[in-house]
Amino acid sequence: MTHTGQKIQDRAAIAGIGRTPYGKALGRSEVDMAFEAIFDACEDAGISPREIDGIVRYDMESVDEEQLLAGLGNPDLSYFLGTGWGGGGAAAVLVHAAVGIASGMANTILVYRSRARGKQSVFGKASNLGGRFWERLDRDLPGIDKWHVPQGIVTPFHEMAMITKRHQIDYGTTEDQFAEVAVAIREHAVRNPEAVMRMPMTIADHHASRMISEPLRLFDCNIETDGACALIVTSTERARDLRHPPAVIRAGALAAGSHHRRLPAMFPRNRDEDSAARTGRRLFESAGLAPSDIDCAFFYDFFTSLVIIALEDYGFCKRGEGGPFVENGGLSWNGGRLPTNTNGGQLSEAFIHGLNNSLEAVRQIRGTSRSQVEGCELALVAGANTDPTGAVILRRD
Amino acid sequence: MPDLRERALTRDRPRPQPTLDDVEFFEATARGELRFQRCSDCQTWRHYPRPVCPECQSPRFSWELSSGRGRIYTWSVVHGPTLPAFRDDLPYNVVDVLMEEGVHFQSQVLDCPADEITADMQVEAVFVPLDEEITLIKFRRP
Repeated sequence: MTHTGQKIQDRAAIAGIGRTPYGKALGRSEVDMAFEAIFDACEDAGISPREIDGIVRYDMESVDEEQLLAGLGNPDLSYFLGTGWGGGGAAAVLVHAAVGIASGMANTILVYRSRARGKQSVFGKASNLGGRFWERLDRDLPGIDKWHVPQGIVTPFHEMAMITKRHQIDYGTTEDQFAEVAVAIREHAVRNPEAVMRMPMTIADHHASRMISEPLRLFDCNIETDGACALIVTSTERARDLRHPPAVIRAGALAAGSHHRRLPAMFPRNRDEDSAARTGRRLFESAGLAPSDIDCAFFYDFFTSLVIIALEDYGFCKRGEGGPFVENGGLSWNGGRLPTNTNGGQLSEAFIHGLNNSLEAVRQIRGTSRSQVEGCELALVAGANTDPTGAVILRRD
Repeated sequence: MPDLRERALTRDRPRPQPTLDDVEFFEATARGELRFQRCSDCQTWRHYPRPVCPECQSPRFSWELSSGRGRIYTWSVVHGPTLPAFRDDLPYNVVDVLMEEGVHFQSQVLDCPADEITADMQVEAVFVPLDEEITLIKFRRP
C-alpha cells in the first residue's frame, strides 16, 4: 500500500522565484505588485508568462486569475484553484501545484500572493482593500466571529496570545524563549538587504518592546507590510533544463483540524491530533524521512510562540520542549540546532502570508541565500499551525 | 493617505447576529439563562452551537441550563491595538473559561485586576445586556 501523497513525490520542482520590494506602505495596488512579482518569477525561470497553464493561489487573494489573464498574454489555463485558511494555505499552495504537475493537469503552474496590508495601505471599507482586515469588520457578526469579537477578542493576535498563555501554563515556556525566536530571525534579516526590519535586536530589546496582548509583545508579532511574491512550478525533468538548479518538491502533505477562530473547538483537541502535527507525521512518514534529516526550516512565523509550538508539532522536539530548543541561538543560520527562516521571516523580512519564506527555501536549495546553510539538501516549508494547513519538503536535485 | 484608514474603521460596538443555528442561545441569555446544546443520545455538552454531536454525530439535542460555573483555562490582557469600540477599556482581559459542563467559552472577567487572574481560577457567569436583543455572558469571581 502506498502512503498518502507518494504519487506527487519528486515529480514537481520550483523553477522560478520572483517578488516586489517589500515595505510598510508602498502606495501600490495588489494587482500592480502581483504582475511585477509574476514577471520577475518568469524571468528567473527563463520562461514566457504565456507558458503559464496553471494557477494556484490563496482563496483570499484579491487578484484573481481573470484579472491576471490579460496581463499575462491570455495564456490557456487548464488548472486553477485557491487554498483556504489564509496562512494555513502558505505551503498548501505548493502541495496543490505539485498535484497539478504530477497529475498532468498543467505543465507550468504559477503560485503567488500580493498584499497591500501595511496598516496605512487602506483604500476603502471592503475587506480586500488593503490594510488590516479586522479594522473593517461588520458591526453585526453572523459567523464564527460572533462568539469572540463582541467580547473584545478582535484580532488573530488576541487569539494567539491565549494559545501562547496556555502553552506557558502547560510547559512553563518563557518570554526569554519567545525573545530567542525574535532575535535569531532578526539576525537573519540584518543580513538580508531586502528585509524591512534590519535593526539588530537583543533579548533586552525584545523585552523592552511594548506589550500588545499579554504575553505577546510587539517583537513577538509579525510585521505588517506591502509586497508580492510568485513562484513557477513545473515538472522536475523540465526544471532541469531551465535557468537555475531545481528545488524539487520531495514531498507534500495537508491536514485539517485546528482553527484559531474556533478556539472552543481547538482547545479540547489534543495538539498531537491537530492540523500541523498530523501534517508533519504524514509528511515525514510518506517521504521516509525524519525531522533530523532537515537542514533548514521555514515555519509560519506570525508569532514567536507559534514557532516554538511548530517545532513540537513537526517533531523536531517533544511536546513542551520547543522553548528549550530555541535557546542559545537554536534557530540561527550559523550553527543553530535548526536554522529557521533565514530570510528574516515574517517577523522581520516581510509578511507576504508565508510566501516570502518559500522563496528563501528555494534560495537555500539553490545555495544562494545571504545566510546560506552549508550543504543544505533538504528544507521544510510549513503553513500556519493554527489553521487547516500543509507543508512541503524541498530538496536539491 | 491616513484619512482613508480612519474613514474605513469599524466604530460601532460589534454584536453577535443570531442565526437559525444558535438563536436559542441568544433567546436564553436575554432571559437571564445560560444554555448550551446537549446531545440527547450520548449526553455530551457542546459549544459553539452546531447541528450534530461531535462525539456521536447524533442530530438530536436540547438546550440545557448551564451551572454558569467554570475555571479559567487561558487568558490574555489586551493592551492594543483593538477596535475603537474597545479602546476606552484598554488594557482589558479576555479569557477562555472551561465550564463545569466541559465546554469552552470565550469572554471576559469583570472586576478583576489583570495580575489577579490565574489558571484554574473559579468564575461564574453574569449577564450583561448589549442592546434590546443581545445579552452577553461575562464572568466574575464568586
